Amino acid sequence: MSANLSATFYLISGILFILALRGLSSPETSRQGNYFGIAGMAIAIIVTFLSVGNFGSGFIYVLIFLVIGGSIGAFIAFKIPMTAMPELVAGFHSLVGLAAVFVAISAFLNPEAFNLGIIGDIKLASLIEMSLGAAIGAITFSGSIIAFLKLRGIMSGAPITFKGQHFINLFIGLTIIFLIYYLCKTQSSNIFWTIVAISFLVGVLLIIPIGGADMPVVISMLNSYSGWAAAGIGFTLENTALIITGALVGSSGAILSYIMCKGMNRSFFNVILGGWGATDQASSAQSKEQKPTKSGNADDAAFLMKNASSVIIVPGYGMAVAQAQHALREMVDALKKNGVKVSYAIHPVAGRMPGHMNVLLAEANVPYDEVFELEEINNDFANCDVAYVIGANDVTNPVAKSDPQSPIYGMPVLDVEKSKSVLFVKRSLSPGYAGIDNDLFYRDNTLMLFADAKKMTEEIVKSL
Amino acid sequence: MEIDPFIFRFSIFILSIFVGYYVVWSVTPSLHTPLMSVTNAISSVIIVGAIIAALASNSDKIFETSSIFGFLAIILAAVNIFGGFLVTQRMLQMYKKKKK
Repeated sequence: MSANLSATFYLISGILFILALRGLSSPETSRQGNYFGIAGMAIAIIVTFLSVGNFGSGFIYVLIFLVIGGSIGAFIAFKIPMTAMPELVAGFHSLVGLAAVFVAISAFLNPEAFNLGIIGDIKLASLIEMSLGAAIGAITFSGSIIAFLKLRGIMSGAPITFKGQHFINLFIGLTIIFLIYYLCKTQSSNIFWTIVAISFLVGVLLIIPIGGADMPVVISMLNSYSGWAAAGIGFTLENTALIITGALVGSSGAILSYIMCKGMNRSFFNVILGGWGATDQASSAQSKEQKPTKSGNADDAAFLMKNASSVIIVPGYGMAVAQAQHALREMVDALKKNGVKVSYAIHPVAGRMPGHMNVLLAEANVPYDEVFELEEINNDFANCDVAYVIGANDVTNPVAKSDPQSPIYGMPVLDVEKSKSVLFVKRSLSPGYAGIDNDLFYRDNTLMLFADAKKMTEEIVKSL
Repeated sequence: MEIDPFIFRFSIFILSIFVGYYVVWSVTPSLHTPLMSVTNAISSVIIVGAIIAALASNSDKIFETSSIFGFLAIILAAVNIFGGFLVTQRMLQMYKKKKK
C-alpha cells in the first residue's frame, strides 16, 4: 500500500476517533460512538499490516500476540465489577504508558524500520520525539501503577510526603531535560536507558504524595499523560492517527482534571503537590467538643421518606465501598410506589473517578434522566422534604459556604441542609477525607443513621 | 522555501487539541467514566508502532531485541484495545432512560 493511501486511511481512523468522543455527548448516541471508535481502530491495524506488507511467519506471531492480549482484555472487561472501574482505568493507563515506552525503545534500537536514520545517527527531531514519548510513557506507567495500588487498597491511600520532595522532583525533571539534550548530542544508548529509568522513578514520586480522595484528579491527569505519550510516539512514527488520538486523549484528560479540581475548589498544582488535611488538625480539634446529634433507625427513616413528597438521594464513595447501589435502587422503587418523587444529586468529585457514581447508578438500572449534576439540582434542595445522604460527606458540608478558615471553604457543595430533613447514613461521626467535622451532623433537621450504607438501605426497604 | 513536513504534523496536532477541547466539553458529565475508558482504548492505537517494530526484521530471525519490544507492546496494546472498548460498551449498555 502506498504511503499516501495509508496516510489517508490513518486520517480516517483519526476522524472516527473524534466521532467516538463526540458520541458521548448523550447516552443515546454513545453506543454508536463506541462502534466508530472500534471501526477506527480496525482500520488503523489493517492498514498497518498492509503497508508493512510482511506476511511471513512474523505476521502469524503478531496475530497470536494480538489474540492473547485481546483475550486477556476481553476477559477483564466482562469480569470486572463496576465498583472496580477506577482501578481498571488506572491499570489500563499503565499499559498504554508501557506500550509507548516499548515502541520508543524498539524505534531507538532499530531506527531503519521506522525510516528514522540508522543507529548512532538518528534524526534529531525523531530522537527528541521518541525520548519525550518514552519519558512521558514511563511516567504514565509507574504513576498509574501507584494509583492502581492506592485505589485497590494494596497501598495506603494516605499521602506519603517527605522533606524536600518537591525539590527532588524538580531536580529530576530538569535532569531528564538535560539528558535528552545530551542524548541528541551523543546518540548514546546508555543515556537513553537512563532517561527511561529515571522517568519510571518520577512517576512514582509524583503520585505517592497525593491522597486517596484526590484520585479523580490523578486518574484524569494520567489519562492526559497517556495521550501526550501517544502523540510523542505519533510524531516519531509520522503517523496521523496516533497524533490526532494523542491530542484528543491529552486534552480530554486535561479537561477532566480541570473539572475535578474545580469541583474541589483547588488549583491543579495544589493537588499535585499533595497533602491535604495536615494543617487542619488544629481547627478540627477545637470543634471536637461534644455537640448533640440525633440518631435514628431504619424505621424512622422509612417513615420520614414514605410521608415525603420528594426525596433527593446524595451518593458518595461510601456507596461504592458498601456496594449499596442495588439496595438503593430497591429503596427508591419502593418509595416511588408510595408516590414519592425521587431524584439523585451527584457532586463532580463524588467517588474516585469522574462519573464514578453515574456508572454505579446506571448499573443498578437507575434511569439516567433521574440523575442530576450539582448545578442542575442544587436549587431543588430547598423544596425537597428529605435528602438521603449515602456515603458522601465533605461534598455536603455547609462549612464550605460559611467558614473562610475551613480548608474546603469555597468548594461547591450540595445544599443538603436546605431540605426539610436530612438522613445521613454513616458508620460513625468521624470526619471525611478533608479531616474536618461536618457541620451537618449537628443540625436540628439531620437524623444520623449509624450503619453500613448497604445494610441500612436494605433495612429501610424492609420497613417500607 | 519548502515547508518541513514536521510543521504539517504539528499543525494536525494543534488543531486536534482544539477539536478535542470542544468535543470533550460537550461530553455529558454522567458519561465521564466511559469517556476515560474509551480514550484509553483509542490511545492504544499506538499498536501501529508496535506492529511496525515487530515486523521490522525481514531476516529469518523473528525475535530480535527490537522486535521483542514490539511484540510485548502488541500484547499490552491489545489488552487495552479489547478491554477498553468492551468495558465501555458494557457501561454504555447500562445507561437507560426512564420507562414510560
